[in-house]
Amino acid sequence: MTAAHAADARKSGFEFMQPSTQALQKDDTQNPAMLWVKDGEALWNKPEGAAVKSCANCHGEISRMKSVAARYPAYSSTQKKIINLSQQINLCRVTQQQASAWPVEHESLLGLEAAIAKESRGLPVAPPAQSQLADAQMRGETLFNQRIGQVDLSCRDCHETLAGKKLGGNVIPQGHATGYPIYRLEWQSVGSLQRRLRGCMTAVRAEPYAHGASELVDLEAYLAKRGAGMPLEAPAVRP
Amino acid sequence: MARTLITVPRTAKRDEIIEIRALVQHSMETGYRRSSEGDLLPRDLIRRFTCRFVPGAVANANTASTAGDLIFAATFHAAIAANPYLSFNLRATTSGTLVFTWEGDNGLAQSDTVNLLVA
Repeated sequence: MTAAHAADARKSGFEFMQPSTQALQKDDTQNPAMLWVKDGEALWNKPEGAAVKSCANCHGEISRMKSVAARYPAYSSTQKKIINLSQQINLCRVTQQQASAWPVEHESLLGLEAAIAKESRGLPVAPPAQSQLADAQMRGETLFNQRIGQVDLSCRDCHETLAGKKLGGNVIPQGHATGYPIYRLEWQSVGSLQRRLRGCMTAVRAEPYAHGASELVDLEAYLAKRGAGMPLEAPAVRP
Repeated sequence: MARTLITVPRTAKRDEIIEIRALVQHSMETGYRRSSEGDLLPRDLIRRFTCRFVPGAVANANTASTAGDLIFAATFHAAIAANPYLSFNLRATTSGTLVFTWEGDNGLAQSDTVNLLVA
């Protein structure tokens, strides 16, 4: 182990899981998220929309999506805002395929996102150097440190100050979003990072931001900066 | 059509014990849960899983669900988690086709076949 590795106190949520749950993630033949990946890989080559174009028509083989998931959220020059990977997929769908955008947490959207994210597995989280993204990361950091809800907790209170301690029967992870979209045992399905963030907000009895809200994307951008350099493990399994 | 992930070695030596893994996408809705509006969510379960082995030539898809030897079967109930995963072993004796079938509520009848070559 290198010195840089030893000095890094950051741990993936994987480290906090029970061995049986870790085994599910480590083996693609057991990981239920691979069902969504299989669906996404089929969608990659399927012509859609009025343009009758598939993802592959523009991008080629899905293996060429390697390292793409590692850079999102990122600034979109056409949208003039920060967007995450699922928003980029829907953007392609509307502008290139001329199809209607998938609703949030749609099975097909999660499938494509999981299939694309899988191509970056093992690569370090690498947010691009963009001034607009830096602004979003700062806004996200403010949200991360902001106490919210009737329980009056910030993300930092649990996932930094109390990380590694117990909440009920569960160990509190450090909150590094390196495995999204994830198969969560509690959901019994695949879900996005925004779904997870909204779940935490409800748990502290705050009003969660709407799906796709810029605040959630800002939080995602900060989490990517906070986890920069950590290996992606999508699609991960979480309890 | 349910999505499935079946893992079987393509080839096996004679009398080798091989591991077969079968994962299927299914909500396994218990029939006890309620929606956020308070309505009971209708029960939707896989009831039975079978794996049959048809020796010799590739099995005909139409007769596949009853042909051959039953090598593994399971009856599922409401307490089984969504997207059930099963793993079991088979002693490979001859080449043939493995036929996997999931049957359940709402007319679920999903069949998949995998060829096995025994050398």
